Amino acid sequence: MKVIYLDNNATTQCAPAVVEAMLPYFSEKYGNASSMHTFGGGNRHAIDTARQQVADLIGAAHAEEIIFTSCATESDNTAIFSAVHTQPKKKHIITSAVEHPAVMEPYKYLEAKGYRVDFIGVDELGRFDMARFQSVLDEDTALVSVMWANSETGTIFPIADIARLAHEKGALFHTDAVQAVGKIPVNVQEADIDMLSLSGHKFHGPKGVGALYVRRGTLFMPYLMGGHQERHRRAGTENVPYIVGLGKAAELAQQRLSDGTSRRIATLRDKLEKGILATVPDVKVNGDPVHRVPNTTNISFGYIEGESILMYLNDLGICASSGSACTSGSLEPSHVLRAMGVPFQFAHGSIRFSLSDQTTEADIDLVLKELPAIIERLRKISPFSRLAA
Amino acid sequence: MWDYTDKVMDHFRNPRNVGAIPNADGTGQVGSLVCGDALKLTIKVNKETDVIEDAKFETFGCASAIASSSILTEMIKGKTIAEASKITNQDIADALGTLPAEKMHCSVMGMEALEAAVKSYRQGGQPVVFEQQEEKIVCHCFNVSEETIIKAIRANHLKTVEDVTHFTKAGGGCGRCKGEIQKILNKVNGACEIPAAAKKSFAQMTVVEKIKAIELVLEEEIRPKLNMDGGSAELVDLDGTTVKIRLTGMCSGCAGAAGTLKNFIEKTLKEKVDASLSVEQA
Repeated sequence: MKVIYLDNNATTQCAPAVVEAMLPYFSEKYGNASSMHTFGGGNRHAIDTARQQVADLIGAAHAEEIIFTSCATESDNTAIFSAVHTQPKKKHIITSAVEHPAVMEPYKYLEAKGYRVDFIGVDELGRFDMARFQSVLDEDTALVSVMWANSETGTIFPIADIARLAHEKGALFHTDAVQAVGKIPVNVQEADIDMLSLSGHKFHGPKGVGALYVRRGTLFMPYLMGGHQERHRRAGTENVPYIVGLGKAAELAQQRLSDGTSRRIATLRDKLEKGILATVPDVKVNGDPVHRVPNTTNISFGYIEGESILMYLNDLGICASSGSACTSGSLEPSHVLRAMGVPFQFAHGSIRFSLSDQTTEADIDLVLKELPAIIERLRKISPFSRLAA
Repeated sequence: MWDYTDKVMDHFRNPRNVGAIPNADGTGQVGSLVCGDALKLTIKVNKETDVIEDAKFETFGCASAIASSSILTEMIKGKTIAEASKITNQDIADALGTLPAEKMHCSVMGMEALEAAVKSYRQGGQPVVFEQQEEKIVCHCFNVSEETIIKAIRANHLKTVEDVTHFTKAGGGCGRCKGEIQKILNKVNGACEIPAAAKKSFAQMTVVEKIKAIELVLEEEIRPKLNMDGGSAELVDLDGTTVKIRLTGMCSGCAGAAGTLKNFIEKTLKEKVDASLSVEQA
């Protein structure tokens, strides 16, 4: 059965050119990049190239501002703990209520350790509550960490504005840009970012590698201590093949941002969304329709449950995801949809479709052909369907 | 990705007995849109023999909720009301092969709907909504009563709060009731709270007990706060009521070290161990 992969915010396929770039570093070029001999130390040049490729993708002024990590979760944790450890007198930190757990959990940990923490809410379209943010921000704020784009709804936050306000009060600004990098133009200098996390496998790079941008001059404390790698900022033998793969993926992503690929993806996404709205009653799009990454749509189907929809789609080889409680093993629906105040009957029935440059029009047509019958079938079983009529 | 059995997938893909029986002899409802799953069960009963001749369901929920409802209708058809009343959630799960632990509450929902439908039949057919007793609600997020929790613990030999959450959903929301669930577990499983040993005064303690008491407060109250500034403290010696402490990490050589010793460490030890204690730098 052909797989119709519409879950690219979860992970993407590693691009063939990326795999090809990585392969020599598993076999003939296996040397340690820190070695004195050319055989190993020569790999340093491959890492330097990758560092420049990643720096270019996010508009960093200096390649050395990029620290390679094992994943974006490590990048997020490093940034957060560095910001609080280097400013021990400040005891207040701010984030949004819709962050990824990689930011949410360190914040909750610090809250338990005695920090004052503000989780800034969002409105019904998932837009950041700027007024609330300004009212809690003060000179005691060590760090503001707000995601660039939301993984579940694709909503883009006004990062440059948030960074400016944070800096006015002397706070550091970090952004988890995992769902933005590679999908929309990201420029750390224009947006005035101190630290930014990104992940390779969200834009056709390999899993197991990420990066943290730290602006030159930013107070920094490493998270992993040990060897001198990454200029003493991240110990551990450099993962040469994965770093090379991340670099290549960054280069390809930059091409896609300028060659019209994003527009093509957005066109397909809009076709899918409009098609569903036209053929299925009692549906609702979640998120900000104006400020949204081009590949994501989050749609709620009233009166039925998300896991059931996913399982029927799965039978047809269609991969998507859901903010339903049942899919995650937790019992409450997505914290993002709840923060937006999405009613429960819609939150439980939410489905996220996330496209990539590999998505074809035929894929979208198949979903549009099959989905209405699945929804109708489940609504027939549901005791609440007559509420819809 | 759940490991559903083929039986679960079969009943999910091809649910049996979907719908509502018109003029049913018994109608049981459980759950709501808010909870994320709900089941309406209708039964047709032969009044002469008490045999359930037909059963239909409507379910809002995940694959395992739909499968549990579907197989339940098959299980009760042809049984008398008395026989059907004996079906437990475990019987439903067994009939499906098994259910993932996190999904056991789906089988509990089936049992509750059946209970409500039987009650409805006995009361003359008016629909009955399975209700928890208001005054005994333990988990307010999911509206789960103490009675439901006790039943689930007994029927399924549950041992931990996590088990109870998997079977009843209780404790799966804000988590505030987890302490209460633990108490119910202790009560049902026969564990009793060990009465705290009568507290000895500091002077009555042996040297080992004194050191342990001080070390406990250091570990739980003092070090976590010092750690936040990158420092820590070690107990070096105890001379009568004089506690000798060495500050380490960022605290060693810190200009505020003397203040930390007196105003924080000594104050905390006086409060938590004994008022007679004083602290000196080792």
